[in-house]
Amino acid sequence: MPTSSELLTVAKRAAAVMAVVAVAGCAATPEGVDIHDPYEASNREAHAFNKKIDRGALRPAGNVYGALVPDPIDQGVQNFADNLGEPQNVLNYTLQGNLPDAVEHSLRFLVNTTAGVFGLFDVASAIGFAEDDTDFGETLHVWGVQEGAYLEVAFLGPTNERDLAGTFVDMFTDPVSFVVRYPEKGYVTAAKVGGVLDQRYEFGETVDSILYDSADSYAQLRLLSVQNRRFELGQAATTATAAGEEDLYDDSYFE
Amino acid sequence: MMTPILNNLSRRTVLGGLGASLAVLATPVLALTDAQARSLVNGLVNDVNRVIASGKSEGAMIRDFKGIFGRYGNVPFIAQSALGPKSRELSNSERSAYVDAFADYMSRKYGKRFREFIGGRIEVQGARPAGRFFEVDTVAFLRGENPFALTFVVAERGGERRFVNMYIEGVNVLASERVEIGALLDRNGGQVSGLINDLKRLG
Repeated sequence: MPTSSELLTVAKRAAAVMAVVAVAGCAATPEGVDIHDPYEASNREAHAFNKKIDRGALRPAGNVYGALVPDPIDQGVQNFADNLGEPQNVLNYTLQGNLPDAVEHSLRFLVNTTAGVFGLFDVASAIGFAEDDTDFGETLHVWGVQEGAYLEVAFLGPTNERDLAGTFVDMFTDPVSFVVRYPEKGYVTAAKVGGVLDQRYEFGETVDSILYDSADSYAQLRLLSVQNRRFELGQAATTATAAGEEDLYDDSYFE
Repeated sequence: MMTPILNNLSRRTVLGGLGASLAVLATPVLALTDAQARSLVNGLVNDVNRVIASGKSEGAMIRDFKGIFGRYGNVPFIAQSALGPKSRELSNSERSAYVDAFADYMSRKYGKRFREFIGGRIEVQGARPAGRFFEVDTVAFLRGENPFALTFVVAERGGERRFVNMYIEGVNVLASERVEIGALLDRNGGQVSGLINDLKRLG
């Protein structure tokens, strides 16, 4: 988890990118091109840096966390951190004009904070209020902003111009951060750090296979994250008839 | 929200990556109704579960997974599509060596993670035509994970229907393998013999 000076660096980078985005006016993705990556050279530098951070800090810390913290506890920490994200989900769903999901996530927050003992247990999912996180990047998408260029950002990982702007906004508009004061703020941060370490541990093999076993981990991560994000936003081309994928299904590959 | 390094990938996708060992359904049926799509997917899942339950060594299981991959998936197609246009330049002997090395590589890459499938199930939502293919929409339920969407692409050739691709929460597995195989080929200066040697070692 980044220290405050690292956070500052991220914020500075984000601000720099925001400036670029503002100038470029969130460059539209060219029609028919699967991935728009004009900043590949600098993205690859950030990717190499992120791999170093993962190898040197995140992965070992995740392994220690995974080994030391028993399953029920790390699940509780994860739930607690997730629950603290609910007010922001509600805010974003509201901004998207998606009232059913705004209501559902309000109920999730109420149920999990009370019956779920301050969010330690995800009772809401068990009774049918599905967890479907959103963010300001999705809000921008709903407002008609295109994803723009693909970006990999130091510490943040894969994103794009629109979603990075969204991340930046989310950092400063989390309703929880306006309510929670010190020292409770420390617990919130700790839970979020725990959540990140838990995820790194839980998906260790998959993350390792992408970052360390791929012949070109940058290209592999780019492909996965772009497609998955589009799928989350309901704009994925998940069929064999999708534009730009014709060559994958060329008849010459049949014997 | 801070999303260090890989956490932008949702857990469903990440986990789903291993679903590719399931990217292998085939059947000699002639019309892909919902019921047939269901039995197709169930056949695959049952075969995979039988191997997992056999308690064999990991090496033996991976050999069994390769058999399942060949039974349900159109392996020559998947292998050649992953290689891309270059596959049209191969001699017959190069092609069969490459396809076999690719099948081994895929079986190892996904088969060694079989533990994540234990107790899992896949529910078929329905089948529909998609251009020259059929697509089978399913939802995968793996232990301790949120359900995730799997779409199988099925092609008919010579009266048999086999999988040629799958999408895991929107992620195109064949496209992912093309990136991988393309990078390996580049690493070998475009030489397929070098690529084959790498595939024997990797996965």
